Amino acid sequence: MQFNGILVVSYIIATILFILALGGLSNQETARRGNWYGIVGMAIALVATIWGIVSQAYVELMVALLIGGTVGLIAARRVQMTQMPELVAILHSLVGLAAVAVGFANFLDPGRLAHYQGVELTIHDIETYIGILIGAVTFSGSVIAFGKLSGRIGGKPLILPARHWLNLVLLLVVIWFAYQFVLQSPTGTADNPAGWLPLIIMTVLSLLFGIHMVMAIGGADMPVVVSMLNSYSGWAASATGFMLGNDLLIVTGALVGSSGAILSYIMCRAMNRKFLAVIAGGFGTSEGTQLTGGEDQGEVQPIDPEETAALLADAEEVMIIPGYGMAVAQAQHIVHELTQKLRERKVNVRFGIHPVAGRMPGHMNVLLAEAKVPYDIVFEMDEINEDFPDIDVSIVIGANDIVNPSALEDPEGPIGGMPVLECWKGKTTIVLKRSMATGYAGVQNPLFFKENTRMLFGDAKDSLDAVLKAL
Amino acid sequence: MKIGVPRESHPGERRVATTPEVAAQIMKLGYGVVVQSGAGAEASFSDDAFRSAGCEIAASRKDVYDQCDIVMKVRAPEGDELGMLRSGQTLISFIWPAQNPDLLETLTGRGITALAMDSVPRISRAQKMDALSSMANIAGYRAVVEAAQHFGRFFTGQITAAGKIPPAKVLVIGAGVAGLAAIGAAKSMGAIVRSFDTRPEVKEQVESMDAEFLMLEFEGEDGSGEGGYAKVMSKEFIEAEMALFAEQAKDVDIIITTALIPGKPAPRLITAEMVESMKDGSVVVDLAAEQGGNCELTEPGQVVVKHGVTLIGYTDLPSRLAAQSSQLYGTNLRHLLTDMTPEKDGQLVVDMEDEVIRGATICRGGETTWPPPAPKLSAAPPAAKPAVPPPPKPEKKKSVAGPIIAMVLGGLALLGLGSVAPQDFMAHFTVFVLACFVGYMVIWNVTPALHTPLMSVTNAISSIIVIGALMQISSDTALIKWIAVATVCITAVNIFGGFAVTRRMLEMFRK
Repeated sequence: MQFNGILVVSYIIATILFILALGGLSNQETARRGNWYGIVGMAIALVATIWGIVSQAYVELMVALLIGGTVGLIAARRVQMTQMPELVAILHSLVGLAAVAVGFANFLDPGRLAHYQGVELTIHDIETYIGILIGAVTFSGSVIAFGKLSGRIGGKPLILPARHWLNLVLLLVVIWFAYQFVLQSPTGTADNPAGWLPLIIMTVLSLLFGIHMVMAIGGADMPVVVSMLNSYSGWAASATGFMLGNDLLIVTGALVGSSGAILSYIMCRAMNRKFLAVIAGGFGTSEGTQLTGGEDQGEVQPIDPEETAALLADAEEVMIIPGYGMAVAQAQHIVHELTQKLRERKVNVRFGIHPVAGRMPGHMNVLLAEAKVPYDIVFEMDEINEDFPDIDVSIVIGANDIVNPSALEDPEGPIGGMPVLECWKGKTTIVLKRSMATGYAGVQNPLFFKENTRMLFGDAKDSLDAVLKAL
Repeated sequence: MKIGVPRESHPGERRVATTPEVAAQIMKLGYGVVVQSGAGAEASFSDDAFRSAGCEIAASRKDVYDQCDIVMKVRAPEGDELGMLRSGQTLISFIWPAQNPDLLETLTGRGITALAMDSVPRISRAQKMDALSSMANIAGYRAVVEAAQHFGRFFTGQITAAGKIPPAKVLVIGAGVAGLAAIGAAKSMGAIVRSFDTRPEVKEQVESMDAEFLMLEFEGEDGSGEGGYAKVMSKEFIEAEMALFAEQAKDVDIIITTALIPGKPAPRLITAEMVESMKDGSVVVDLAAEQGGNCELTEPGQVVVKHGVTLIGYTDLPSRLAAQSSQLYGTNLRHLLTDMTPEKDGQLVVDMEDEVIRGATICRGGETTWPPPAPKLSAAPPAAKPAVPPPPKPEKKKSVAGPIIAMVLGGLALLGLGSVAPQDFMAHFTVFVLACFVGYMVIWNVTPALHTPLMSVTNAISSIIVIGALMQISSDTALIKWIAVATVCITAVNIFGGFAVTRRMLEMFRK
């Protein structure tokens, strides 16, 4: 590959555009422009590469782009906002798969042995090896995450016995095979590359590792998993960049990787959990801590939609706290209608969003945006948590753990120390819930038994419909 | 079955055990309702109103008792009413079996099933039938109204052209249901309200109503008794308490006392000297007058002026708001009936397994079933748990050494890498590390609301891996070429899908 100034400049421009794209997302005003920067950056990178590097097989290339592009556009158009986490997960898996494919193709490249020798070859081989490793973990992990998010696989964490040891052994085995691979690789010839066996065994092991890792993670931890896989897909791209000696890939991969890592960190902090603890898996299995649900906490006080409507009509400050249940019940549109009606009556309606509400970071915001709820009344937990004493009515829609007072009252409990929306400090809290089941963390929620809490049982959408009619 | 509602026979009792509105709901349970003519007159419910709700009107009390299977009353039957009750009939009313053992014996002897509304256990589920609380609420409210009636000044403070009016100072002793209602009423009239209670857990409730809670600096005693009521306190506590009241009496304009201990005479809290020390024109409302009074000088049922202080000892405060009390009491009764009529077929089922029904039933089939076994649950928080201070956690010192060691190790690893790695690799590595930092800086600025679009756009961007496939697609090896083509295809899904769905999402974010 000879030096090509125009190609390098194009790559620099693309890199800058990608950084601008991410920077653009800092607020809603600039976000749309940011997305366009990304599109333009990608177009420049593609055109430059096709023009500068590709020398044949244009037809196949175009056909592949056309097919893939069409599929992508259709998927993007058809997907419902409630299914965003699934879509993102499956797209991650494609990046992982691509990384594996590129790695293998690179391994097969007859020019590889001619181009690299000695230490360079070793480093190159390690890069290839790591690229495939991360790619494979991303791929299988994302597929499992997709399965869990779309309900094809149960949300319960699958805990194998001695899983930490299993993981450790896997890691050692993978390292040993890396050593084998590096040893065998130089002995091959251009037409007959050596080291097949360790490479394939490692790929299989990585796939198993990805499956095992995500299977062990409970439903409530999904936001962390999705952002972690996001991060992995970036690192996979970066590793591939090292392998191919391509700075654009390295930079972009690193951007995406650190973005995902930060998101994972934010999610973990929002649950007061250590990243490693989440990855180690099994939220809700609560090893060593007894469930507080055992003791009888008293009676809940049900309310009917008419009374709810009367409460809302008298309120001045209303806070709506949506959770995953709102997505499940597809209730976001009716929530918006309710909001509109209340706002017409000069009721100050706001939304309080917990960082881990839903199944991926920012999930609730997207759903509310879809329902045309103006984003300037949607607030983050930190922005509104102090306002609860002034709130007349809080409506909790399909959320549980994120409004659980025991997070603060019982620091040793399974969700102890997790920051939560302190809705019980308001005058009245209405909880929309299908039944008295516990949340993903498997912890009983004392909120339901508080004196100023009323339970509106039933499907969130139907209940809100009735409330809206009664208003 | 038929439910009869006779007129209350007790002199001065204005309440009635049901209202037209409640009666209509009771009939939905399958019962017939017979109301004595004029039963609701004093509570402003006319016979016509009952009639149009679907009730039968009986001319005399005797007719009511003869026709019905269930008698609903406010006060316990007295005088000739007892003679009208017949065996097998069910009576639901206030009975106070502890204070009226003779009545209980009579009812038992006559084979009557009697449910005492005062004996409904105080558990959460039974709140809706807790007539004592309903009545206490009204009494508390009315106490303030009575106080205002006899108090010669405003409750609220004002600055007028004719001078400044100071707000009245109200002391509410006992922050139970009645006390809290009094606090609410006095507060909404603009007075400065203070409150005292032996149970420290009510502090929060008092403060939530914007009143001041007077704390007694007294360690180690909690006045919470069974079922959320107060209990008798120690001598030292009472002395400290009395000192507090003596001091307050000199300052406040109105004292409302609501202190009661179940089954005991009311505690004497306001002595004659305290009344004497109060300002002229002050008012004391003693809600405990019937049980002997919290104030030494009150006379039950009377308003008297002593030492220039008006002492109100009315024992019929709920009855003085007859329409409201009847409505609440009737609703309490209706809730009880609803629980006792599981089939909604007008058949009363006395289920002795049900904790609430068991508690309320004082005699049945010739047997006395009072007092009931202790309730399983208390409405008050179980304060029995001794507050064991959590063992002081060894404060995790943020070890300075940790990060330093990590940095040193990281640096060493980098140096080690640098010493063997070829120049090419190091160049890439530099770019990589810098890019990580740029990413780190940029991403922190992203608003959490846009985290989902961020993920989908980074996802689209990470499919830049297509470049890798493009570098291989022109390979002469067919296998490599086709792998590359497939890779281009799947990454294209990502590129187009990722950007398109991001665009779609961002379009939705509108003000």
